[in-house]
Amino acid sequence: MNAKPQGVIGQSVQRLEDRPLIIGKGMFVGDISFAHQLHMRIVRSTSAHGLIKRIDAQAARALPGVHAVWTAQDIPEIGPIDFREGKIEKLEPYRQPVLAIDRVRYVGEPVAAIFASDAYIAEDAADLVEIEIEDLPVIMDARAATGDFAPGLSSEAAIITQGFGDTASVFATAYAVVEIDVTVGRHSGVPLETRGAIGRYDAARDVLELHGAAKVPHKNKETLARLFGRPAAALHLFETHVGGGFGVRGEIYPEDILVLAAALRFGGAVKWIEDRREHLMAANQSREQHHKTRAAVDEKGTLLAIENEFWHDQGAYPRTHAMRVAETTCGILPGPYRVGAYKALGHYRLTNKTPAATYRAPGRYETNFVRERLLDAIAAKLKISRIDVRKQNLISSDEMPYARPLCVLEDDVSYDSGDYVGLLDKSLKAIKWDELQGELAERRKRGELVGVGLATFVEKSGLGPTDGAHVCVDTTGAIEVITGGASVGQGFETVMAQVCAEALGVDYRNIRVVHGRTDRIDFGIGAHASRATVMTANAVHAAALIVREKALSFAAELLQSDAAMLDIIEGRVIRRGESEGPSITLGEIANHLRPAAKLRRGREPGLSADGWFDTDHQVYPYGNQIAVVSIDRETCAVNVEQYVIAYDIGRAINPVLVRGQILGGFAQGLGGALYEEFLYDERGEPLSVTFVDYLMPTANEVPNVEVIIAEDAPSPRNPLGIKGAGESGIAAVGAAIASAVDDALSSPGAVTQLPITPQRLKKIMNRLGRA
Amino acid sequence: MKPAPFTYHRPLSIDEAARILSDVAEHDGRIIAGGQSLAPMMAFRVARPHHLVDINEIAALDVLTIEDAALRIGARVRHARFIPGAIAGPTGELFAKVMPNIANYSVRSRGTFCGSLAHADPASEWCALATLLDAEIIAHSVRGERRIDVRDYFDGAMSTTLAPDEIVIEARMPVLREGTRTGFYEFSRRKGDFAIAMAIVAFSVENGRITSPRVSIGGAEPYPRRIHEAEAALDGAAPDAAAFAAAADAAAAAVDPMEDAMTDAAYRRDIVRAATRRGLEQAMQ
Ligand SMILES: Cc1cc2nc3c(=O)[nH]c(=O)nc-3n(C[C@H](O)[C@H](O)[C@H](O)COP(=O)(O)OP(=O)(O)OC[C@H]3O[C@@H](n4cnc5c(N)ncnc54)[C@H](O)[C@@H]3O)c2cc1C
Repeated sequence: MNAKPQGVIGQSVQRLEDRPLIIGKGMFVGDISFAHQLHMRIVRSTSAHGLIKRIDAQAARALPGVHAVWTAQDIPEIGPIDFREGKIEKLEPYRQPVLAIDRVRYVGEPVAAIFASDAYIAEDAADLVEIEIEDLPVIMDARAATGDFAPGLSSEAAIITQGFGDTASVFATAYAVVEIDVTVGRHSGVPLETRGAIGRYDAARDVLELHGAAKVPHKNKETLARLFGRPAAALHLFETHVGGGFGVRGEIYPEDILVLAAALRFGGAVKWIEDRREHLMAANQSREQHHKTRAAVDEKGTLLAIENEFWHDQGAYPRTHAMRVAETTCGILPGPYRVGAYKALGHYRLTNKTPAATYRAPGRYETNFVRERLLDAIAAKLKISRIDVRKQNLISSDEMPYARPLCVLEDDVSYDSGDYVGLLDKSLKAIKWDELQGELAERRKRGELVGVGLATFVEKSGLGPTDGAHVCVDTTGAIEVITGGASVGQGFETVMAQVCAEALGVDYRNIRVVHGRTDRIDFGIGAHASRATVMTANAVHAAALIVREKALSFAAELLQSDAAMLDIIEGRVIRRGESEGPSITLGEIANHLRPAAKLRRGREPGLSADGWFDTDHQVYPYGNQIAVVSIDRETCAVNVEQYVIAYDIGRAINPVLVRGQILGGFAQGLGGALYEEFLYDERGEPLSVTFVDYLMPTANEVPNVEVIIAEDAPSPRNPLGIKGAGESGIAAVGAAIASAVDDALSSPGAVTQLPITPQRLKKIMNRLGRA
Repeated sequence: MKPAPFTYHRPLSIDEAARILSDVAEHDGRIIAGGQSLAPMMAFRVARPHHLVDINEIAALDVLTIEDAALRIGARVRHARFIPGAIAGPTGELFAKVMPNIANYSVRSRGTFCGSLAHADPASEWCALATLLDAEIIAHSVRGERRIDVRDYFDGAMSTTLAPDEIVIEARMPVLREGTRTGFYEFSRRKGDFAIAMAIVAFSVENGRITSPRVSIGGAEPYPRRIHEAEAALDGAAPDAAAFAAAADAAAAAVDPMEDAMTDAAYRRDIVRAATRRGLEQAMQ
């Protein structure tokens, strides 16, 4: 269906979800409580690797107010944490136990759980648990020699390969070979709201409930129902308001399982709220990879082949995502460029750090940095401009759809649509690239260290295969849209309401959107990997169109008119073009469709419908980012002076929300580029467990960003033409800033590591004689 | 991040506070003022005082005034009080210049000047400023009152020569002469963070020559100190780029910088040099 020009799709209407948040009535996981609930506190390993010799919990158990203390022995029925997508044979033995068994592998690993009448007592009791650990040698670098995860199990849990073509022969004959060796630092999503989980067993209904779910409630319900051996209808997940997801929230962690197990065993509610220190040592970390990458090129800089060997630092255990980040790394690295032949080889290595998983734009933040470093290196080697080398290799719009024999998230890569060069030209124009070169040259002459850098990228979004939604009009004309989606604060309700409103012909404010409740709908894909709008909105659209058909066919009979001659305007069915003529409201139609209503005459009761959306491929939005930076010659601090992000989203349902996604993502990308890093000492002690040491950019550090939202290449893969927006802002910030810093130092390839801290930059500048 | 159990006391007078502290000091009793350092440490259970003696109800500690050419700052005076105009003259200007660099607004509206001195973080701006101004710390206990010269006050990083039963009731420092020029520069990775290093400077210019130069460096060593080598490089010199560079080099050479996981001594030394020069340049603006 084509958009009506005046429709609500494409308008930056106000968010439906803001009212409770603004008046302080939001309901976050910490706000949920049940009568007589117990509070859980986790006792965590203080050793990065060692054998558990003894755990003495006597004193803790004796503390008044303590209900129970569990170690692994107390929960023999609970196995290790499964992978979200099911069994993965070779990783099975590496899965994390809910409480450590015999051995600990990172500082922060849960060893015991305290259940007490309040959170203070629980923490007092945790202090009383004595754990004796015999230290074992640690592996703190994924490139170092491998060791034993357990006797007979190597710390190299897997090797991942993807590729096509014969790279060896291309390299053997290429005009030039360019090599880089680069590192992306360990950082992650650090939402304002930490994790939290409340397990509750409702004996009256025999239902086990998990409150505080986020991101993928339905998937997690499946996994948890399997783990607890409960039928699907006897375990439900409930999402609350979520203060930021970013990949780390909403996965199944040991704590989620523990509160459920305890709720079952104690027959009540058990609450756990993560504190910040725990979050910085126990929630999924991400990003850390080392890449040795080389490109074979011809004399014009055409990419003939890429070979990439990388070491993925997974931390101590695979988590629910298993090898997803490393696999995505292989599949997406070539990005928006044509490449004749390609070979990726990833070492999926376990180390003695906090386990890693996805963080907003997983596998892309990393590979965009690597690949764009490579493109810059090619430009430098062949003495061509950084823009020319990109334009030369960008896939052109007439090559779309562009398939390549790689795979991302078990989906064969096939870019659906795009005008990569056209979008790059828009950004170059916005930043006035040519004039800028003159200005920068002028400033450099005056002794300033200033430079501009750019990066282009393809995103991936809307992984299927299927999502459904239910749309129901009540007898007052109010509408409920029930989805299996999730809201991590991105404006999900508003967007779904806009899509439904447009298809149905109602005011979007008259729509309530249900999400994050497994008891209202059987299936749902949740909100992750920029898929909610693509998948769920298209399902809502389909359901709304069916409801529309039902309403029109009923009204046609009543208004004695051909259904094709009718329209729905603001919830009222009228004859097309006749605002004064006979009409009937959707509420009235719903009333006539009640089961007992006379006029129903054999029609299916209710003005409601299920709608489904199926797709066999992801969609591929794309973009580019340009940074202008200056460097303080003495402190070596990088100041981002200007930033442009251009992004083709296919179709923006709500441009302000898209902009919000991009700006929020950018701030996080800036963190990974300049500030945020989880550091460990050589014994595996985490050094970044408070906000004094883990530096998030604040309003002071985040510059203004010029956002260009393009709709040049709607996706042909769904009726609305949508592509996702969630990860575009963050995706290439490390890449673009690194390029700009190089330029400011007039030294291509100077930056090989993120984040670019002043301390590291000082060393680079000393080496280059620029300090 | 819930504190360990403690008993809470809220005295209404300095003497009452001193009495309570004298009773509880040996049970790790501690003063709480703004709580902006102590409360986070208790949340992390790095600090586990069994008793907290809250001095926020003692109105007598509110003093902020200049008396006999000395600035008096009572123990209940918050960082945020030092807005421009709060204190007269170049001393007041310098305080107002420094204050916005401490933390963020909510911390500044709670944390106290004397609490910063008691806490003695190496990168505390107020500790560096008290050092620059040759402050005296007035410590009160049941045993009486003691005046501690700032040079004898710091004892190491986050460590002072205060006895466990002593309360800092006030800090006193001679005000700068009218016409004194002041400058402040610090470098932290984000605005409001504890600085990697900082310089606070003050000097006068008479007949085109620098007189009474003072250079205080904070953040680089376990506690701030005046760098006499840098002051000597300035004394009597024309206030120009050459003198400032010489002083900056002297300061960088004189410090023995701390190291941590992120920051090595060489980098911190470079920051001392840059901060000193920039502080001096600012004083001339
Ligand atoms: C996010 C954040 C950022 C910060 N950034 C900075 C910064 O950039 N620069 C900076 O200097 N500080 C910074 N601080 C610390 C802040 O300035 C504190 O307020 C200050 O260090 C302590 O003052 P307080 O009144 O809060 O003391 P409290 O936290 O109440 O006490 C600190 C210690 O001093 C003792 N104490 C306090 N008052 C007295 C007294 N009168 N007599 C004896 N002992 C006493 C206490 O017993 C305790 O041991 C920051 C704090 C936070 C939370």
